[in-house]
Amino acid sequence: MAAVATMPVSDLLKSFKLKTKQQELLIRVSILCLVYILAFITRLFSVLRYESMIHEFDPYFNYRTTLYLTQNGFYDFWNWFDYESWYPLGRIVGGTLYPGLMITAALIYRILHFLRFAVHIREVCVLTAPFFASNTTLVAYFFGKEIWDTGAGLVAAILISVCPGYISRSVAGSYDNEGVAIFALLFTFYLFVKAVNTGSLAWSLASAFGYFYMVSAWGGYVFIINLIPLYVLVLLITGRYSMRLYVAYNCMYVLGMLLAMQIRFVGFQHVQSGEHMAAMGVFFLMQVFYFLDWVKHMLSDTKLFQAFLRITVTCAVAVGTIALGLGMLSGYISPWTGRFYSLLDPTYAKDHIPIIASVSEHQPTAWSSFMFDFHILLFLFPAGLYFCFKRLSDATIFIVMYGLTSMYFAGVMVRLILVATPAVCLISSIAVSATVKNLTVLLRSKNKGVQTGSTKGSSSSKASSKALLDQSQPFQKNGAIALLFGAFYLLSKYATHCTWVTSEAYSSPSIVLAARGAHGNRVIFDDYREAYFWLRQNTPPDAKVMSWWDYGYQITAMGNRTVIVDNNTWNNTHIATVGRAMSSYEDEAIEIMRSLDVNYVLVVFGGVTGYSSDDINKFLWMVRIGGGVFPVIKEPDYLVNGEYRVDKGAAPKMLNCLMYKLCYYRFGEMLTEYGKPPGYDRARGVEIGNKDIKLEHLEEAFTTSNWIVRIYKVKPPNNRW
Amino acid sequence: MAREKSSKGNAQALFHSLRSAYAATPVNLKIIDLYVGFAVFTALIQVVYMASVGSFPFNSFLSGVLSCVGTAVLAVCLRIQVNKENKEFKDLPPERAFADFVLCNLVLHLVIMNFLG
Repeated sequence: MAAVATMPVSDLLKSFKLKTKQQELLIRVSILCLVYILAFITRLFSVLRYESMIHEFDPYFNYRTTLYLTQNGFYDFWNWFDYESWYPLGRIVGGTLYPGLMITAALIYRILHFLRFAVHIREVCVLTAPFFASNTTLVAYFFGKEIWDTGAGLVAAILISVCPGYISRSVAGSYDNEGVAIFALLFTFYLFVKAVNTGSLAWSLASAFGYFYMVSAWGGYVFIINLIPLYVLVLLITGRYSMRLYVAYNCMYVLGMLLAMQIRFVGFQHVQSGEHMAAMGVFFLMQVFYFLDWVKHMLSDTKLFQAFLRITVTCAVAVGTIALGLGMLSGYISPWTGRFYSLLDPTYAKDHIPIIASVSEHQPTAWSSFMFDFHILLFLFPAGLYFCFKRLSDATIFIVMYGLTSMYFAGVMVRLILVATPAVCLISSIAVSATVKNLTVLLRSKNKGVQTGSTKGSSSSKASSKALLDQSQPFQKNGAIALLFGAFYLLSKYATHCTWVTSEAYSSPSIVLAARGAHGNRVIFDDYREAYFWLRQNTPPDAKVMSWWDYGYQITAMGNRTVIVDNNTWNNTHIATVGRAMSSYEDEAIEIMRSLDVNYVLVVFGGVTGYSSDDINKFLWMVRIGGGVFPVIKEPDYLVNGEYRVDKGAAPKMLNCLMYKLCYYRFGEMLTEYGKPPGYDRARGVEIGNKDIKLEHLEEAFTTSNWIVRIYKVKPPNNRW
Repeated sequence: MAREKSSKGNAQALFHSLRSAYAATPVNLKIIDLYVGFAVFTALIQVVYMASVGSFPFNSFLSGVLSCVGTAVLAVCLRIQVNKENKEFKDLPPERAFADFVLCNLVLHLVIMNFLG
């Protein structure tokens, strides 16, 4: 039946006088082209619904640095000291960022301008992530081809083009490191597996360059530099080592390490940080291991070799442990930093580093997130693992290890589902491809069985085996067709789910909010940009703005004003100072603000619109972070019986702290909802406790049309008599 | 006493058999081995110098040592690919292996020169 269905298509293709191999190539190339376009256009929802703008918070910093790079050139960008953020401290931008993304976007911009397409850098930045997502699908195809065969490669490309786990961080407008980094990650892994399979120095060199690109793009390169040594170790232990492995790993490690140290932000970490020591350890282990292998090959007498082996192994282990011990004890090799240590011990951040614990992306993953981001891939992943174990080779061992380690980390932190996505797509594609292949072989062989059964009809063993197939044929045929329909149904459901998820969940710009009005019409809240442009046009150019660190990047990029703290969060004490100012009474806060030269204070308030990611909901984190450095701020002061309230029953310190006053100033007279008293906070669902707020040292400068962003001016001190 | 003698005898026998086995390797491989030995020796001299004088421009020290280690490792890779006894590489022409070696060394030394500071 399958043969009948494909006859018109193959007739059409035959009309072009193509051989079967060429037909197959044509089909493959056309599928890849369609997948390339699909990956790009499925990420364009927010550009079509709103406009072409940068989303969220971090991308605004990346956009600002890319703008600076295109305007001032590479040398100034590499040596840039930014005095407009972290007010009095400043920030050495050139040495504290990963330049890969900005340089890529600037390069695309230059190429387009060279070809006389006069695009604005913002358009290039917005569309960089979808472009690289399309490139990732191509790399996934080649990787799948390397691991299994071309069918698996095609399915992998299709799965990864729409997978929500990847789309979440690579929609148009999400101009963040991960958009480029996942491409670099998969590319590096593909080149390394290719190098191990071929044993060629050229491919190892290419993988070293891929690793360099990854290091320049994202801090998650630590995953590569730990996974590859782990993989080499597994191969050595299971006895699958070969000369190709030696060539591939050594060339990649030495050249990759050297190239990686050219990035100033990474610096000497490859020889000094505990997170990178696994790679160095495996490097030395390999030298010893292969040296022993060579000696064993040269010596014919095994007893002598045993003696030699004993001496060398004891020497090597002794030297290694002494070096490692000395390094760790003397502090030269730094231990695992907090960010990565919290991956091994998820409870560490909550107790010790509240800033890391407060980011919502760093929370452990719920099953619903897994189902949301992976859908059918979640059960195809174990099926694919089964197929990989059935046909073990160097490449499949690698993908199994990548899949298992990345799934563990994805379970620890929501953000890392992104890193697991390529592995899950590749392994699932193996399951899909192998299953569909087996089913279609069943369908095809039964047809041949019918023909040979009718022509041969003798009692040779071959005919009898085909006759065996024919006897159980009805069940096999129906079963295969039913399973194929089932597979088709599942995959189409996957495609529908992915498109729905992209459209509903992952395409919101975060800086522009949308809701449905009373008559079903769409209402847009553009308050953030309204406030930032007010700042840009109505304040003196050297004004300093204090706000919570979430909004720092956006204020510097769009408002073009100096901020006290921003999303880089490199100085915990500075952030704690701001947190303390927000949590104190107005008299204490004004002292802190005057010491920091603050001119304007910006708060985000969702009481009128019901917007729940505002500063009052984040306030307890300000208290915790401030209290972590200044013990005068105690969290229980702001709670009532352990409960966080803003209504009449709230704690007195809560009702009179600076954040409360700034958010609810003049709110007591506001009617927000029909049938509720004035001063009804729609985000918390209560009537506020302190309606009569008087500000002594600040005055209201600007409140946006939906009261989402409120800006206050710090009054200069009174004249002395 | 007897154990000492037997272990000494063992060591001598080990040394002799290693020497005789090594003498049988072809000349081109011995040249590569000599180059590897020279590179490692240079790296050791640099480490000793750093230990005595201090590691102040750390990037210079790293680039010097890594250039020696890097070129030694690449030479070992070349030896592996050129060695006729390795079945995995019998399809690889030695000219291609040498060209790869030269290319990798070029990249290595360009990066070293950038890193020297």
